[in-house]
Amino acid sequence: MSTVTSTESKDLAPVSTESLAALLVTRERPPRPSSLSTSLTFGWRAMLKIKHVPEQLFDVTAFPIMNLLMFTYLFGGALAGSPDDYIQFVLPGILVMSVVMITMYTGVSVNIDIEKGVFDRFRSLPIWRPSAMVGYLLGDALRYSIASVVMLAMGLLLGYRAEGGFVGVVAGIALLLVFSFAFSWIWTMFGLMLRTEKSVMSVSMMVIFPLTFLSNVFVDPRTMPGWLQAFVNNSPVTHLASSVRGLMAGDWPADEIAWTLGWAGLFVAVFGPVTMRLYNRK
Amino acid sequence: MSTHTSGPAIETVGLVKTFGETRAVDGVDLTVPAGTVYGVLGPNGAGKTTTVKMLATLLRPDGGEARVFGHDVVREADEVRGRVSLTGQYASVDEDLTGTENLVLLARLLGHHKATARTRAAQLLEAFGLTEAAGKQVKHYSGGMRRRIDIAASILNTPDLLFLDEPTTGLDPRSRNQVWDIVRAVVAQGTTVLLTTQYLDEADQLASRIAVIDRGRVIAEGTKGELKASVGAGSVHLRLRDADRRPEAERLLRELLVAEVQPEHDPVALTARLGAATSDSAAEQAARALGELTRAGITVDTFSLGQPSLDEVFMALTGHDAGPDTGTGTGTGTGTGTDTDTKDEVAA
Repeated sequence: MSTVTSTESKDLAPVSTESLAALLVTRERPPRPSSLSTSLTFGWRAMLKIKHVPEQLFDVTAFPIMNLLMFTYLFGGALAGSPDDYIQFVLPGILVMSVVMITMYTGVSVNIDIEKGVFDRFRSLPIWRPSAMVGYLLGDALRYSIASVVMLAMGLLLGYRAEGGFVGVVAGIALLLVFSFAFSWIWTMFGLMLRTEKSVMSVSMMVIFPLTFLSNVFVDPRTMPGWLQAFVNNSPVTHLASSVRGLMAGDWPADEIAWTLGWAGLFVAVFGPVTMRLYNRK
Repeated sequence: MSTHTSGPAIETVGLVKTFGETRAVDGVDLTVPAGTVYGVLGPNGAGKTTTVKMLATLLRPDGGEARVFGHDVVREADEVRGRVSLTGQYASVDEDLTGTENLVLLARLLGHHKATARTRAAQLLEAFGLTEAAGKQVKHYSGGMRRRIDIAASILNTPDLLFLDEPTTGLDPRSRNQVWDIVRAVVAQGTTVLLTTQYLDEADQLASRIAVIDRGRVIAEGTKGELKASVGAGSVHLRLRDADRRPEAERLLRELLVAEVQPEHDPVALTARLGAATSDSAAEQAARALGELTRAGITVDTFSLGQPSLDEVFMALTGHDAGPDTGTGTGTGTGTGTDTDTKDEVAA
């Protein structure tokens, strides 16, 4: 268990059985809340956790900034002649990569919660079953938004200029959030399936590293060997990065957006039910 | 007492749950009358928590049937969830949140509006003596406070059935007494309580009927009186002044009490397990024995009368923890039979 600073029961006010009895008399129960309401309530829980443990925002602030600086100056000169030119290409890509990488923490938080009894409490409530999971993802959407804003601000400082203007940028981030929400159902599945936090983390790494690096985030895939191109060109992360890059540049890459949304739908359709099956059986 | 329609609160038939090779719950039959505290007594790993989790719809049974207020726990899980609450063995609240936040969160999930959720949370914190700690994160609570917030979270809506899984394990005696008060207050308002415990005295204090579980099976079921009678009336512990007189005292006690008498490691100590065969109470039997010892000139320094311990219950009922000299009954015939025999005798 954690730090128990036991203020023992000697300085604890007594239980008042009279007022307790008075509270128990009412047997009326409010009507069942809607699935939207319970999901939002779970989202509120996620925000409260951020409020109490603000350190957890480290991964959505420092980590993206580090990524952006590292890759811009590491590859910039070699790949695009100068970091200033490269950032125009790479910023939307690193934005996608960082946020998609951060999604894996969802699995870890699900797994940590299961270890504690609170999960049993949620599962014994008469509510729409997926709402606890949706709540995690809503809370995470806030984290992804923070990460996106932080990276864009940093990018602007480094000289990134979005041709698509405010609307293009917002559309790009919105698409990124939708994709991340859908993609995260993989992590909720792993969070429920694997036994320890550590195993969730290592399995997530195994999935996330190839998936994000083997894409068009850093370079144009045309210089890659054919077999790799086949993978990269069809990767959901490539479609997402192309869409976000296009939207922020002021284009409307309809095909890429359709592919991205298609992948998102597929992730929810496959991993959503698997997650819920595990959740109900746990 | 109860506000429900007639019929038992819980009814299980041949409930089974296996984890790999282990049959954690191996054919449990229970009938829990509504409006009472029902004790499920057993050692660690007996299958208590697994049984409770199945009844609270958290685990799916591998065999048998379970109904809560007539609703099947698998097919009508949602109806069951609407009427029960569970306080798990480990604090089932969010440690990162404050007491108030936890209660408001759950009240909202149960469908209360923001304002009512806040009022209800504040009222419960007040009744549980937690107002001062309301704004603190639960991870800073003491064991007793955690238990309270946990139970408070379970009665945000007054449940028809409350599961308390070992509610006092690890608590100091004072906190334990307060939890007992809470349980009494809850059941007095008509809620049925299913309480699991490792402690006989806890079941004794609270429950009107008790099921003893061991290795996934119900090995005895009945009222407190019936259960106690099955293991004898209690034990007499004696310390003599003179170790040399012990064999004589042993013989006297055995004759007088029709009891099994055991010398202890301490050369002056003796323990006699009283039988339930006679109509005399344990105290009367013990008083007679003391008188006889005095008449024989054997000085008794200290003397105490104990209730049957859980150990004794298990030895008597199962025999599997008993050493070669113990475990057999005291002339009442209990404890020597198989599980089913014992169960029949107790329930009769």
